[in-house]
Amino acid sequence: MTDKFARALGWTSLALGAAQLAAPRAVTRLCGVDDAPGATTVARLVGGRELLHAALLLGAKNPARWAWTRVAGDTMDLGVLGKAAANRTGSRRIRVLAALGAVAGITALDVACARGGTAKAKGPLQVRASITINKPREEVYRFWRDLENLPSFMVHLDSVRAIDQRRSRWKAKGPIADLEWEAEIIDERAGDLIAWRSVPGTGVSTAGLVGFTDGPGGRGTVVDVSLEYGAPGRKLAAAVARMFGEHPEQQVRDDLRRFKQVMETGEVVRSEGSPEGHRALRQLHQRPAQPIGGRA
Amino acid sequence: MKANVWMGRNHLEIQDVPDPQILNARDAIVRVTSTAICGSDLHLVDGYIPTVKKGDVLGHEFMGEVVEVGSGVRDLHVGDRVVVPFPIACGACFACEEGLYSVCENSNPNAGIAEKLMGHAPAGIFGYSHMLGGFPGGQAEYVRVPFADVGPIKVEDDLPDEKVLFLSDIFPTGFMGAEMCDIKPGQTIAIWGAGPVGQFAAASAFLLGADRVIVIDRFPYRLRRVQRTGAEVLNYEEVNVLDALRDMTGGRGPDACIDAVGMEAHHPTPAMYAYDRAKQAARLETERPYVLREAIMACRNGGVVSVIGVYGGFVDKFPMGTVMNRSLTIRTGQCHVQRYTEPLLQRIRRGEIDPSFVISHRMPLSKAPHGFELFKNKQDECNKVVLTP
Repeated sequence: MTDKFARALGWTSLALGAAQLAAPRAVTRLCGVDDAPGATTVARLVGGRELLHAALLLGAKNPARWAWTRVAGDTMDLGVLGKAAANRTGSRRIRVLAALGAVAGITALDVACARGGTAKAKGPLQVRASITINKPREEVYRFWRDLENLPSFMVHLDSVRAIDQRRSRWKAKGPIADLEWEAEIIDERAGDLIAWRSVPGTGVSTAGLVGFTDGPGGRGTVVDVSLEYGAPGRKLAAAVARMFGEHPEQQVRDDLRRFKQVMETGEVVRSEGSPEGHRALRQLHQRPAQPIGGRA
Repeated sequence: MKANVWMGRNHLEIQDVPDPQILNARDAIVRVTSTAICGSDLHLVDGYIPTVKKGDVLGHEFMGEVVEVGSGVRDLHVGDRVVVPFPIACGACFACEEGLYSVCENSNPNAGIAEKLMGHAPAGIFGYSHMLGGFPGGQAEYVRVPFADVGPIKVEDDLPDEKVLFLSDIFPTGFMGAEMCDIKPGQTIAIWGAGPVGQFAAASAFLLGADRVIVIDRFPYRLRRVQRTGAEVLNYEEVNVLDALRDMTGGRGPDACIDAVGMEAHHPTPAMYAYDRAKQAARLETERPYVLREAIMACRNGGVVSVIGVYGGFVDKFPMGTVMNRSLTIRTGQCHVQRYTEPLLQRIRRGEIDPSFVISHRMPLSKAPHGFELFKNKQDECNKVVLTP
């Protein structure tokens, strides 16, 4: 909803910016500032700025937060118009005040939208992905249930060590220091699903659910994964994602692809362009596709 | 070892690179005895396939001798002589089980990149961009071959390299192009492109029972070559192809049309050519789809358009209206080579076809950049270049 609102603001910016660039004189007249020297130039500059807002709000994946750039622009406009109103009299002053009122109204909308976006960004990050694996459900489930197998296909995990049937100790490479936390299985139905979450107060807040169902027509097993990262975990996920140049969704999809490779072919498939396999994903910073010297 | 390396658009170099090593348990290292330059390599050299990187080793048509196998390779041994299919396939996923090897779900470690461009990812291919895996190619002295117990086909010494090398790509590709036409006795097949793949498609169409095959190109020497398969020919710089095909087929059009050209087609009308060429140069579209458009327009109602020429991205002005209203079927795909290697090897053994008929040039690997020049610019009647390391 907030994002839809933000997109609408983006279209408004586009219309406004286009108008200011195409007919700066008309705009300055409407606002009652056409008497100022250089008014058309200022109008054109503001028009350019509006197009920038439009690009951000219409292009971004989470546009609502970018509404803050509009708020900054509004503040500038309010300042300029406020000064203009103080220096003018008569019908010009009325036009300037009308423009000032309109901008103030828009500012209120922008602030509401931007705050919505910020609130959303602070909530837990949720990621989902699924894949079909050409193996019986029982076998796929058993491999995942042995949590110590997870680092063989999850790129950001260093190790997972089982403490007992329910609890396990997880280690991940962080951007600065390594992260370590404890997780517990909170629900499991053999062959169907596994749900886990980090034990509160152990450094990272994360939870996951993986479901296993028979593929349609008995063709393999469908694996559905949902992950949630709370405040500290969210930062971790974002940092790791940045380190590898990926969105968290992409990362989970790639993890699942590697899971499929391990299940179906026995190991993670490597190429010289990304020779580290699961050790470090090099999708965006590939080596050339030629044999790698020395040890892989 | 020596390898043919892509160093930028229209810039190839023979370089010393490290020898390949086993990275996965099911890998084998093959010492290349013969390799070839493919028409689709030209799309890489011309810079129309995204995600090619400076330093990439090219080449996806090669054969040789196994010199090392990983611990997980079962039925392939050091000393075996093998031809290696260009798509890499695991043999275990849903796609491989269906025989759709070129869309293997496991062999592309960079599936994430391909997914962004194509929606879903195809298989990895030797020496054919990072989007398709980032695997070094076979225009080299040695190659690492993943899933060595799935793709490579063992060949006894009695058949020389030149007879079996093209099982790696162009013979199966031409054959699949003809097979997708569902040829029935008495049918006429039109093929755009008289290059090696078009020549194999023509020969395969006859093998599969076509009555007439008409091949369209503009290079007389290539048209002469394809005539040897028994095909009739049209030079599109001399005749209007649509009119000519209509006349030759009693006004109905060919039963099936094969596009063996792909993304860098030419057009006899300079203005038409300039239109798509300019868009392609500005990277507004990645293809020059004249052949595809013309094949669609030419095909008889209810016929099949079989596309084996390589496309990389997005096509403009696609005549969907005629496809829909005239009940055409479009069939296409990178060749599922592994499906065809065994049966086509048998055809070669039985003497039904000798694939070496396409070869025009033989040279050492060290001359690969020169071979590309000849092949790209159609100099010296260049048809197919075989390289030996």
